[in-house]
Amino acid sequence: MSEYAIELRNQLVGLFGIVERNAYLTKRYFLWDLAFMVWTIANTLTIVFIARAEHLPAARENTLATQLLVGATIWAFLGIIFEFMTETVAWERWEGTIEYTFMAPLSRFVHLFGQGAYAVLYGLIRATILFFAVAAFIGIHAPQANYGAAFVLLAVASLSFIGVGIMTSVLPLVSPEKGAQLGFVAQGVMLVVSGVYYSVSVMPVWMQWIAKVSPATYVLRGDRNSIIHGTGLAWADVWPLLIIAVLATPLGLAIFRVGERYAKRHGKLKRSG
Amino acid sequence: MSTFAPSTIDLASPPDRQAPAVEVRDLRKTFKRRDRKAGRFARKRPWPALADVTFTIARGECVAILGQNGSGKSTLVRLLSTLLINDGGEARIFGHDAFKEESTIRRLVNRVSVEASFFKKMSAAENLSYAARFYGMTPRQTRAGVPEILTKVGFPAERRGEAMESLSRGMQQKVALARALLTSPVLLLLDEPTTGLDPRSKLEVQDFIREVRKEHDATILLCTHDMAEAEALADRIGLLDRGRLLFLEPVEDVKRRFGVETLEQAFFAATGREFVAEEGEDEDDEYREVFA
Repeated sequence: MSEYAIELRNQLVGLFGIVERNAYLTKRYFLWDLAFMVWTIANTLTIVFIARAEHLPAARENTLATQLLVGATIWAFLGIIFEFMTETVAWERWEGTIEYTFMAPLSRFVHLFGQGAYAVLYGLIRATILFFAVAAFIGIHAPQANYGAAFVLLAVASLSFIGVGIMTSVLPLVSPEKGAQLGFVAQGVMLVVSGVYYSVSVMPVWMQWIAKVSPATYVLRGDRNSIIHGTGLAWADVWPLLIIAVLATPLGLAIFRVGERYAKRHGKLKRSG
Repeated sequence: MSTFAPSTIDLASPPDRQAPAVEVRDLRKTFKRRDRKAGRFARKRPWPALADVTFTIARGECVAILGQNGSGKSTLVRLLSTLLINDGGEARIFGHDAFKEESTIRRLVNRVSVEASFFKKMSAAENLSYAARFYGMTPRQTRAGVPEILTKVGFPAERRGEAMESLSRGMQQKVALARALLTSPVLLLLDEPTTGLDPRSKLEVQDFIREVRKEHDATILLCTHDMAEAEALADRIGLLDRGRLLFLEPVEDVKRRFGVETLEQAFFAATGREFVAEEGEDEDDEYREVFA
């Protein structure tokens, strides 16, 4: 086997290791995850009930409820991705394993991508449960829904979200005390400019320009169309997501490398106590 | 090599057989630190953790670096582990630059630190498997290798499925040793590996370090403030004091040089101070207070 083949094999085994570890932790914290799921469902219900409070005709109420539910589901999905990505550093620092992971011969891309891949897998399962649980509770009807297209678009958008998540995962490396919370600021800002519960057109023009570079804009628009109107996968939603993914991942890695060098220079790449 | 050795060490840049295991020249590292007496809002000042440290370790040698807490031992280990970037000087491991050839160095080095550091909810076997994956060990390799290495370090194999948080400190440290050895490093960095262990566990770990050296042909850098441990395990002993390496030579030469009977007396002769391992006064404190 050539040295490149061995290296590739080792990196793939390392990637599996990251996913495997997260699966172990999900298993260990399953009851906590269940409690968190209940909280997410309750939180989503508080948003979707707004549609009922409007006293609209039944069809309009159903559309508004679906629109809100898609927004809340994407919010929850993104929340999982950003949480996992910022925890790449924060969790390992808290457990004390950070030094062992960062001195291991695993490429940083594989390390971060592995974390992102598990987050996407886990997030997709949670988002699916959340969507159908709330839809059943509220009584949302989506007879035309094209769930397949909605799911595929979310999966495509995940590549961009991982890239953006890699950028935020550097924050706990630079600021061990507050970095993880800043990741959620990035998530909130991304969703507010992307029309999470409303159309992008209601925002000021400058925000609409920012919306164009947010991957959440395209997944929210595409998934709403697929679930409410039954449209298929629209190329107009897919290509921006692919371009953002291609740009965001190397940019995220470059930012992480700068952060890692900063942490190594200032002695911040270590356990928390 | 034993059955738990991974394939990763045979990669593109194997250790240079001619070069010393470790070659450190004028190595410097400075942190910025706030003077506590000057108050919380005082300006941070440069604080040299390592100042122009120079030494060489031959392949297969065991060298102990003695020093009080805060002397720079952990900084030295973290520099050689690619976890810190130097401010000056150089460090080469088997001929490879520790700061420019990080990926090569990472395949050659592993370490055991004073804190066992594991995912506490995961079991010993799961933690070891997780660490081993980074070095290219597949599930099939770890299924056989993990019980074998745990047995070697004296950890009861039937407890490998228990969560780390339910294990004693001594047991956790044995798993930490197993984690380092599972990847068959050619340079093993031991940073206070027996601190906090009960006397029996301490002796077991020391016996195991001797065995590793004999069986695995590993080079060992042991950083400790335990003088008896250093004397029992090392070929040469160095003294690191306030970031400066005062000497590095066989223990008998040290005693002869200062005309003393013990290493404690040698420390006093070299520094004019008593050797006291002040608890919690290491270079991590500035950082750790954030989390207090």
